[in-house]
Amino acid sequence: MAVKKATLVDLFTRTLKVRLFEEKVWDIFGQNLVPGTLHLYLGQEAVAAGVTVALKETDWIQSTHRGHGHVVAKGADMNAAMAELLGKKTGSCKGKGGSMHITQFDVGVLGATGVVASGLPIAVGAALSAQMRKTDEVVACFFGDGASNNGTFGESLNMAAIWQLPLVWIVENNLYAMGTPITLTCPSQNIADRGEAYCTPSVVVDGNNAVEVYEATVEAVKRAREGGGPSLIECKTYRMRGHSRFDPAKYRPQDEVDHWMGRDAVEIIKNIALEQKALTEKQAESIRKKLQKAVDKAGDFAIKSEHPAPEEALDDVFKEAI
Amino acid sequence: MTEITYRDALKQGLREEMLRDDNVFIMGEDVGLNWGGAFKVTKGLAEEFGEDRVRDTPISENAIAGAAVGAAITGMRPVAEIMFGDLISLAMDQVCNQAAKMRYMFGGQTSVPLVLRSVFGGGKNIASHHSQSLEAWFMHTPGLKIAVPAFAYDAKGLIKTAIRDPDPVMFFEHKLVYDRKEEVPEEEYLIPFGEAKVRREGADVTVWGTFFMVHKALEVAEELAKDGISVEVIDPRTLVPLDKKTLIDSVKKTGRLVLVTEETKTGATTAEIAAIVQEEAFDWLDAPVMRVNAPDTPVPFSPTLEQYFIPDNKRIADAIREIV
Repeated sequence: MAVKKATLVDLFTRTLKVRLFEEKVWDIFGQNLVPGTLHLYLGQEAVAAGVTVALKETDWIQSTHRGHGHVVAKGADMNAAMAELLGKKTGSCKGKGGSMHITQFDVGVLGATGVVASGLPIAVGAALSAQMRKTDEVVACFFGDGASNNGTFGESLNMAAIWQLPLVWIVENNLYAMGTPITLTCPSQNIADRGEAYCTPSVVVDGNNAVEVYEATVEAVKRAREGGGPSLIECKTYRMRGHSRFDPAKYRPQDEVDHWMGRDAVEIIKNIALEQKALTEKQAESIRKKLQKAVDKAGDFAIKSEHPAPEEALDDVFKEAI
Repeated sequence: MTEITYRDALKQGLREEMLRDDNVFIMGEDVGLNWGGAFKVTKGLAEEFGEDRVRDTPISENAIAGAAVGAAITGMRPVAEIMFGDLISLAMDQVCNQAAKMRYMFGGQTSVPLVLRSVFGGGKNIASHHSQSLEAWFMHTPGLKIAVPAFAYDAKGLIKTAIRDPDPVMFFEHKLVYDRKEEVPEEEYLIPFGEAKVRREGADVTVWGTFFMVHKALEVAEELAKDGISVEVIDPRTLVPLDKKTLIDSVKKTGRLVLVTEETKTGATTAEIAAIVQEEAFDWLDAPVMRVNAPDTPVPFSPTLEQYFIPDNKRIADAIREIV
């Protein structure tokens, strides 16, 4: 498939946007302004970018505990996203969710969940809903290699396949479930092998290459929209940092780290776009400056925003308080 | 008005809501054509509404509940059935971490208008995995509403309200009341959540209980009336929201309270009710609040053991006599 130049620019822009957002988060975190913990998306940006560029605005994504990148790539308001991480009143969840529940429903994010593998059944339900409401909506469900060892993986892949739901399973295989390497948890090193067992067309792509992710997603989304049922795309990728806030990830062998650090998602898509003459260095720099400005603005907005009033802790349990 | 069973009253409520709103659908294990639900509540609905809207699922409780969540947040009104209440343990994450918390942790962005139907209670000799009464688990989880109908009339009115509610509703039924008949209007009616029903008025003691224990309490009240003991019986109908006022007003009138459920005693809903009453009506109490529950054991199988486990009329009567 020849990817259009405008699409290459979009892929570059989205990959970079997520990178700059996460770097800003890391910077603000360094100032001790982010309560709790963080699961940074740094390193995996090409997955979120490749998938969301292949989706329509009316399509849905289901996110995870490592969700900032998904939400930003799907088009979330970055001010509200950043403010949420800081627990501010202006956050997309009014400061009630934070990093692990960063969600903007109105741009098609079903939710980000703190329970690994809990998003899969929810994605099944959203896809069932899309099918029953006779829409052309498609659901893309992100989860990690670790989640594929949970029971919901089998239950959900099965259900989606028997009902031929408009669903794309996106496995972000970053080789580690927290600190446990996939060599200890999966008899096959490819999660895609498991997809085939549920009669779900499954492919493995380079998750650090936004074009590869995009092309596989386009094919899967087309199948889903045409009533051909679910697909699985395994994106091999790698965390640039540890699992969470205080994890230096010393358990990863240095040669493995060096290999993946040499495969920077932003550099890969930038080089492709330059080679294909979709972009010049000058244009790339101009995009970077514009994005950096927006990200800085989001950081300032979040820092300057008010915290919620303490008693707001009691709101939103039910639609109407009981 | 005709007399119909609790089972048929439920079905009538489900059917009316499916006719009213195309987004209402049923999903669960064996709810469809071949079986019509393990307790036959949905029998005939797949024939009428099709297998799309009365959908048989694989044996995947967590995915059933999760799919209901996903469908609910994107515009559908799912009614998911978990065949036995004991099996909701397999779906606890979706029920308690997802459905219950989404509106809150997403700052009010999301509504989860799902109904999860299931059935509690013993008396059928089906042992520890098919007989429990676990409503307290869910009462302890903020974000879930809980309906506990004991009568056919309430079953219909409450299931309709549950389906229209913007928040997740755990709709619990009881195995021993499915066959009980009662006059149920054929026309539409809704029963608001949070309104208890005084099943029998009395002056000497209040009995508050749920499910089949309401029926037992009424039998006991009838018996004790012969001895001049006047028993008021309250059926809460929903545990969340809880009608505290009807309960507290009754306790202020009678000064005595006996709580009766089929749950194992420790941490049961009765413990919560006792705590509420001592907080809000302590000065009106003339005697300790009594609890009649099952012992803290799994539900046993053998009929002699199970009969010992489930509170019976004698235990309820003894508790009343002890404080009156």
